[in-house]
Amino acid sequence: MTERPRLAVVGAGPAGLAAALTAAAQGVRVLLVDAAEQAGGQLYRQPAAGAGPHRPRAPHHGRRTWERLRTGLDRHRAAGRITHLTDHHVWCVAGEYGSAGFTVYALRGPGQEEGVTVRADAVVLATGGYERVLPFPGWTLPGVVTAGGAQAMLKGQLVLPGRTAVVAGTGPLLLPVAAGLAAAGARVAALVESAGPAELARRAPALAAQPGKLAEGAGYAARLLRHGVRVLTRHTVLAAHGAERLEAVTVAALDRTGRPYPGTARRVRCDTLAVGHGLLPHTDLAEALGCALSGTAVRVDAEQRTDVPGVWAAGETTGVGGAALALAEGHIAGHSAAARLYGTVPDPRRWAAADRARTRARAFAAALDAVYAPPSGWADRLPDETVVCRCEEVTAGRVREAVGTLGAGDARTVKLLTRAGMGWCQGRMCGPAVAGLTGCPLDPGRRPFARPVPLGVLAELPDTE
Amino acid sequence: MAGAACALYAARAGLEVRVVDRGPVAGGTTGAGEGNVLVSDKEPGPELRLALLSARLWAGLAEELGAAIEYEPKGGLVVASTPGALAALRDFAARQRSAGVTAIPVADNQLTDFEPYLAPGMAGGVHYPQDAQVMPALAAAHLLRASGARSHPGHTVTGVLRTAGGTVYGVRTDRGDIHAPAVVNAAGVWGGDLAALAGTRLPVLPRRGFVLVTEPLPRRVRHKVYAADYVADVASDSAGLRASPVVEGTAAGPVLIGATRERVGFDRSLSLRAVRALAAGAVGLFPFLGRVRALRTYAGFRPYLPDHLPAIGPDPRAPGLFHACGHEGAGIGLAPATGLLIARALTGRAPEFDLTPFRPERFGT
Repeated sequence: MTERPRLAVVGAGPAGLAAALTAAAQGVRVLLVDAAEQAGGQLYRQPAAGAGPHRPRAPHHGRRTWERLRTGLDRHRAAGRITHLTDHHVWCVAGEYGSAGFTVYALRGPGQEEGVTVRADAVVLATGGYERVLPFPGWTLPGVVTAGGAQAMLKGQLVLPGRTAVVAGTGPLLLPVAAGLAAAGARVAALVESAGPAELARRAPALAAQPGKLAEGAGYAARLLRHGVRVLTRHTVLAAHGAERLEAVTVAALDRTGRPYPGTARRVRCDTLAVGHGLLPHTDLAEALGCALSGTAVRVDAEQRTDVPGVWAAGETTGVGGAALALAEGHIAGHSAAARLYGTVPDPRRWAAADRARTRARAFAAALDAVYAPPSGWADRLPDETVVCRCEEVTAGRVREAVGTLGAGDARTVKLLTRAGMGWCQGRMCGPAVAGLTGCPLDPGRRPFARPVPLGVLAELPDTE
Repeated sequence: MAGAACALYAARAGLEVRVVDRGPVAGGTTGAGEGNVLVSDKEPGPELRLALLSARLWAGLAEELGAAIEYEPKGGLVVASTPGALAALRDFAARQRSAGVTAIPVADNQLTDFEPYLAPGMAGGVHYPQDAQVMPALAAAHLLRASGARSHPGHTVTGVLRTAGGTVYGVRTDRGDIHAPAVVNAAGVWGGDLAALAGTRLPVLPRRGFVLVTEPLPRRVRHKVYAADYVADVASDSAGLRASPVVEGTAAGPVLIGATRERVGFDRSLSLRAVRALAAGAVGLFPFLGRVRALRTYAGFRPYLPDHLPAIGPDPRAPGLFHACGHEGAGIGLAPATGLLIARALTGRAPEFDLTPFRPERFGT
């Protein structure tokens, strides 16, 4: 090889940055392809340029880690080892016919209407995750936002989404979201977490193995206490109310089996509800490349390789586990990809520390997963008239009809018979709800286009296959 | 789809019907189709006779089942971009008219009356009012329900039961045997495998077709619109890519563009080349689509037989076995006629017309 090998890293969050920096340090030419204006991903999301001077105090995770990554990125960019392609919304990655290379297809520009392609010898997929939101009556009212959406607003645009907020659902994201809202000046009326303290206690050994993580959680809890935020564990939001927009939510306590205790329901006034039920991996690009999945995540080996030669994956796309895991996986993927691009067998001793961090973080993530499961029976409690697919306006009742009278027994057939999941979001939003109502496990689904593509761009694709 | 139609007409002929499928309803090619009910693309001959009967039956079924199957008698508009293509198209249409098709010539300056957003500069076209559309998965599910047949989804047929004399008396599934004096093979692209289980031969092969689906739009494409080279393509025997997109709006809003025709076996992986051909064809017909976004694409496997005609009727090599498969890209459209003809054969009544061209044993052994 006369030229330096080229590695495309899709996603500039913790995993993608770690992979890019590691591979660049080994002499690989890295093309870091990302949808945002600035590196950082969801976790290290940076305030938009020109955000107002009266911005609320923005929360920031792992500031020192971020400084290190950003300095590294700047250095490699200045040296020409990393090309950072911002505002590149990748819709497909495809292997090139008859060669070992890959083409990354992206959209650019304000309307995402300009097609661009990036060629590389290998690919690291670090596309992160997206939020799981389970429907409930009133969840489509203006004023109901996803927990991650609220956080993104806080971090990126620094706009306070509302004045009186409730943060609800389940998962470790709720704590920082509530703390961030409170710090930014919102009154957080309650943090409603469906998991109970007993579940946390049961997983104590695995959780205690990550003292840093627990301290982080304890730090948020202390901040909530300082802001006087009520934390309701083993509670759920049963419904959101409002005429034009959100005015209040009904909150109820859950029993040990995850069902609401009769008589515990009460109304809490609020104008913002930030709701989330954890994250799901983005697997579209990997799936279209033909990579095997394991459950809802991309399957990788000890070197973070997928089963498609030349394709690595790191971070939430291989299983949701947070920043520490993403950094470790990205680091390992960068080492492995660099070595293999130079035709050598990588030496795992070079990433021994990252390997240990990965093992710890995966155990921690598994324990969290077990704690923060949606309350059982949530799908059965969903009233027939509640919309589950917002894009196509499909109600829970229509999904039940497809299952009951038309004989659909799986999510794909429900989709065919009801159109649930056929709209703009392609089932990312309603997938978990449809699976729950159908009574089948969540299938990550096939989305050959990771995002909508103008037909004009498709019509003018270069002939690289 | 073919199986659901067979179940419906067999049940209406007084038979007790069981439907066995290894997957869910519409889990195979039906769920990956466009729902074309076309006469416009068929040359005079046995398939056109089947299509004309089917078009009538679909209209009746739509009255019965209401809006549930999203039947739309929208008509087709076939356009030609060059005078040469137009002459060929007009000649083709004249022969179709003599076979009972309504085919109305449309002059170049009338095209925008039919399709206001059509690209300028077309030489002319032909309007086919009998072309229609159904939503295939809904149609299959509702026909199956209307049949009242007992359904066994998720049951894989592992064998066809035959007596020592060779007569078929049921099927073996992974969840038990089902006995019946007649077995209908409506296994679509897997019809050849089922025939083999019965010890007989039906050379059904897959032809891959990609369909592109856009974001929902207000209705701008009113008919099923396609270019005249499509007609030449259906009967084409050449392998490789033959994109000749039919562009149409749907009741639900998205524009469907499809389908490519490729012989690549059962390979489901995304072909950007196929997708590019579809998009280029659609934008060529309707320039406004250039800025419209495709939300998804999917591939299905059209079952075809070497002479591009389906197999419909009893198999003399395996008494008790009937075939209803191999409809290639026309299975949705041809399903009701197929179901009706199968029901007649099952009850020993005379068919609507001569089934000789569809004989399952015509390919020899």
